[in-house]
Amino acid sequence: MIREVNISDITAVVKAACQEIAFDYSPDILKKLHEAKDAEPGIRSQAAMEMLEENAKIASEERIPICQDTGLVTVWIHAGQEVHFTGGSVKDAVQEGVRQAYTESHLRASVVSDPLFDRVNTKDNTPAVVYFDITEGDQVRIELTAKGFGSENMSRIKMLKPAEGLEGVKDFVIETIRLAGPNACPPMIVGVGIGGTFDYSAYLSKRALLRKLDDGNADERYRKLEDELLEAANQLMIGPMGLHGVTTALSVKIETAPTHIAGLPCAVNICCHACRHKEVVL
Amino acid sequence: MKTITLPAEETLLTSLHAGDRVLLSGTVYTARDAAHKRMIEALERGEPLPFEIENAAVYYVGPTPASDGRAIGSAGPTTSSRMDKYTPKLMDEGLRVMIGKGRRSPEVIDSIRRHHGVYFVACGGAGALLSHCIIHAEPVAYEDLLAEAVVKLTLKEFPCFVGIDSEGNDIYEMEDEPARR
Ligand code: SF4
Repeated sequence: MIREVNISDITAVVKAACQEIAFDYSPDILKKLHEAKDAEPGIRSQAAMEMLEENAKIASEERIPICQDTGLVTVWIHAGQEVHFTGGSVKDAVQEGVRQAYTESHLRASVVSDPLFDRVNTKDNTPAVVYFDITEGDQVRIELTAKGFGSENMSRIKMLKPAEGLEGVKDFVIETIRLAGPNACPPMIVGVGIGGTFDYSAYLSKRALLRKLDDGNADERYRKLEDELLEAANQLMIGPMGLHGVTTALSVKIETAPTHIAGLPCAVNICCHACRHKEVVL
Repeated sequence: MKTITLPAEETLLTSLHAGDRVLLSGTVYTARDAAHKRMIEALERGEPLPFEIENAAVYYVGPTPASDGRAIGSAGPTTSSRMDKYTPKLMDEGLRVMIGKGRRSPEVIDSIRRHHGVYFVACGGAGALLSHCIIHAEPVAYEDLLAEAVVKLTLKEFPCFVGIDSEGNDIYEMEDEPARR
């Protein structure tokens, strides 16, 4: 059975998601921020966590964005193969949702048209990066994130040798977190992509940031590695705002894919505490 | 906690120590990547800067647009190191105070030391909270840059820490002080 989905529904979902995540942390992050505040032993780190909690409250109640960097939007459209889109272009519908959200809700336009030469602001935060994926069934699942660049800029990728193995991965992830330091607005959330190709590992590291904080990897070996990396990250004592507290990261998430016999790609996508994402099923 | 009104006397700035928690009031100018690039280009052409740089304070911020009835939208600090390339030149011209987040280059730290300036760090990702401490905003230049335009802000008890003091001490190289519980 073919199910019809009008593209105006996609615009509406994208718009509403952009609007919501700019002002409201997801409950899992709020909970972790609160726990982290109580755990901080130092005066300055504690003050930083208090500011973050107060900020979350003000943002939500007064509808002022959590952070002024309301991000570059990435959208995933997972379309069931039984779906027939009507009413126009799905691609345009996504961009229209972003445009409406950013222009109507006083969100910051942070996109420039050309990366190197012109760098002219497009004024409505488009274009978003959009990924399409065909799935089974007749549903459309939309995932969306708006990623700030203070943390995005601290992300790194390395084509490790297979012989470097687990230690190579651990060292690279921890080194990346250390180099990110105060620039990435710690406490951070760290997405790690292991395997695939050069580009696919980076893609996976971004996808890792879409998971809920308490959602560990399904594979026990990777779940243990996530826990170990989180502990090692916190032992760096970068702390909130980089002021040497005990909470450097709130979570480390790993996504993996099969890879080539000669390779071990590893990408680390650093996100700040303002890790804004949302999933909606149509 | 100390309250500092900007622009501040040199003796007041040199009395601050890295790690001090302070509240800033008074006048600062917003400027980030694109505005810095234009200011440096203006200096190279021998043109004046869009505001009086002598003893001035710059806040590295690109706020969200203000909604009705507010002075400004969300307005937390952006990463300061992106401005490192331009900072020593602006300090040579008279800039004394910077507000941002993250580490600075050895050249900037040296410049701060030589000119008895101060670099303050504000809480990254606390733009909603910090917007409450900005009571007035007035466009000054480069409005075509939108969020990157230069805007004159009036701060009121804007919370931050002394990041790098006039002797070059750096908050990111210091241990935190134990909290009293
Ligand atoms: S890194 Fe995150 S919290 Fe920090 S300024 Fe950028 S978006 Fe905001």
